[in-house]
Amino acid sequence: MTERALAGSRIRQRRIAQGLKQAELAAHVGISASYLNLIEHNRRRIGGKLLTALAERLEVEPSLLAEGAERAVIARLSDVAERLGESADTGEAADFAARFPGWANLMIRAGRRVDELERNVETLTDRLTHDPHLAATLHEVLSTVTAIRSTASILNETKEIEPEWRDRFHRNMSEDAGRLAEGAQALVGFLDGAGDAQSEIGSPQEEVAAFLSAHGWHFPALEEDREGAGQDYVNGAPQLKSASARSIALKVLDCYAEDARKMPLDAARKAVEAQGPDPLALAQHFGADLAAVMRRLASLPESEAVRGLGLVVCDASGTMLLRKPAEGFAVPRFGAACPLWPLFSALNRPMVPLCERVMQPGRAGEEVHFEAYAVAQAVLGEGYNAAPLYEATMLIVPADPADEGGRARPIGASCRICPRQDCAARREPSIITQAL
Amino acid sequence: MGKTVLLVEDEPNIIEAIGFILSRDGWTVHTHSNGQTALDAIRERSPDLIVLDVMLPGRSGIDILKDIRADEQMGKTPVMMLTARGQEKDREAAREAGADRFMTKPFSNSEVLAAVRELAAP
Repeated sequence: MTERALAGSRIRQRRIAQGLKQAELAAHVGISASYLNLIEHNRRRIGGKLLTALAERLEVEPSLLAEGAERAVIARLSDVAERLGESADTGEAADFAARFPGWANLMIRAGRRVDELERNVETLTDRLTHDPHLAATLHEVLSTVTAIRSTASILNETKEIEPEWRDRFHRNMSEDAGRLAEGAQALVGFLDGAGDAQSEIGSPQEEVAAFLSAHGWHFPALEEDREGAGQDYVNGAPQLKSASARSIALKVLDCYAEDARKMPLDAARKAVEAQGPDPLALAQHFGADLAAVMRRLASLPESEAVRGLGLVVCDASGTMLLRKPAEGFAVPRFGAACPLWPLFSALNRPMVPLCERVMQPGRAGEEVHFEAYAVAQAVLGEGYNAAPLYEATMLIVPADPADEGGRARPIGASCRICPRQDCAARREPSIITQAL
Repeated sequence: MGKTVLLVEDEPNIIEAIGFILSRDGWTVHTHSNGQTALDAIRERSPDLIVLDVMLPGRSGIDILKDIRADEQMGKTPVMMLTARGQEKDREAAREAGADRFMTKPFSNSEVLAAVRELAAP
């Protein structure tokens, strides 16, 4: 029987060693227990994704299952040696693997960890290299720290120093301390995505997000239904640099005006004060659709009843069209968001209003709670029999963890910055937990 | 009169602190903070040693160093580079351009002093 044909026996051996039942392992990789039984008795050949999935669950290299321990270990050892710039004798590697299997596996794991760390370093270096704002701010911070260190050292170590020099160095340190504080704030602002919006804007959607954010998502002239108000806002907006952004912004403002006509400001405020920011109740009150109510809630001026609300709108591809981050609810500026958001669940169930308690990891490791309302609605249908296009809208309402009753579902912002390692929806490793 | 050092750095409080410790050590310290006119300052002062920041307004310290090394009159002057970026590729770029020493911020006064003395030793 060939090496690969015996893969089933190795899977069985490994599964039993881990105390896993056949049914458990089968369910984990999405096959039936009877099919796994056939594999384990070498009556079905195995490879590709299924082998990878089984190996992952059994915490073993796929090649160890497919080809047997010795060959795979020797190959990996040679690979590690090559990566570290050493030439390895295959005979010696085989001898080493046979005599010290535990140490051989440890060396392989160490080699793999080096690979992972190198990738993380590359990612972070790449960001530093290609991000002029970040590089400039870090340079500024380091230069200021150098000046403070050098000056403090002079004051501390110079026994006889003229009063005018001492005063001058004290003044310098005070100035530098102020600059350091500013630099640190700029870094935090940048890493929070709240830095200099102008220099970071890339896509038209980002220009529109910066424009809406600059107005606090509220446009008094549109509340008054003033003719041409939307165009006036767009014409004078420094954030809207491209024609595409101006066109998108006009559509957003047209939609805003329409929502404001259906739900005038005073009436909307009174209804929210009476019923809270519950989109379904408000939709019934105004006879408006749910997505419009959510947009309207996100555009109301902050009050006791409406505080820190966030809004995300995406199309059927999951591309975010509008993003208003809620305090504590991180919305990625680039790339895809967490697929566990109710926003995306709504796309699977068009026209069904969803409401779910969710929690995102906070900056200090705490869980921050939100009530998330979401709905996917058809937005276009020209003429008869036209296929509907869907957009999903999610309103994010800050919630008190004390009243969640154990029902909050853990979600994240984006895999790259999410610390939830064991998440089934993870697409890629997190740079937070791996690199830092 | 002691030896002269030209400190090319755009951070005024670093200039003041390093200038102070080098003066106390017996050096005559000249300073300059603009990358674009740094070469003129070096020609004018003919220092025994140059302390050169990598990130300068107007022109990179690495480019200035390349011009120093290509110049017949000042090509052999010892140069110590200062930078906030301490990656190997940055060190390599400084070495290739002809730097004698490479110091990463934040450095200590004693490190700077020791390096300067060593570079100026006959």
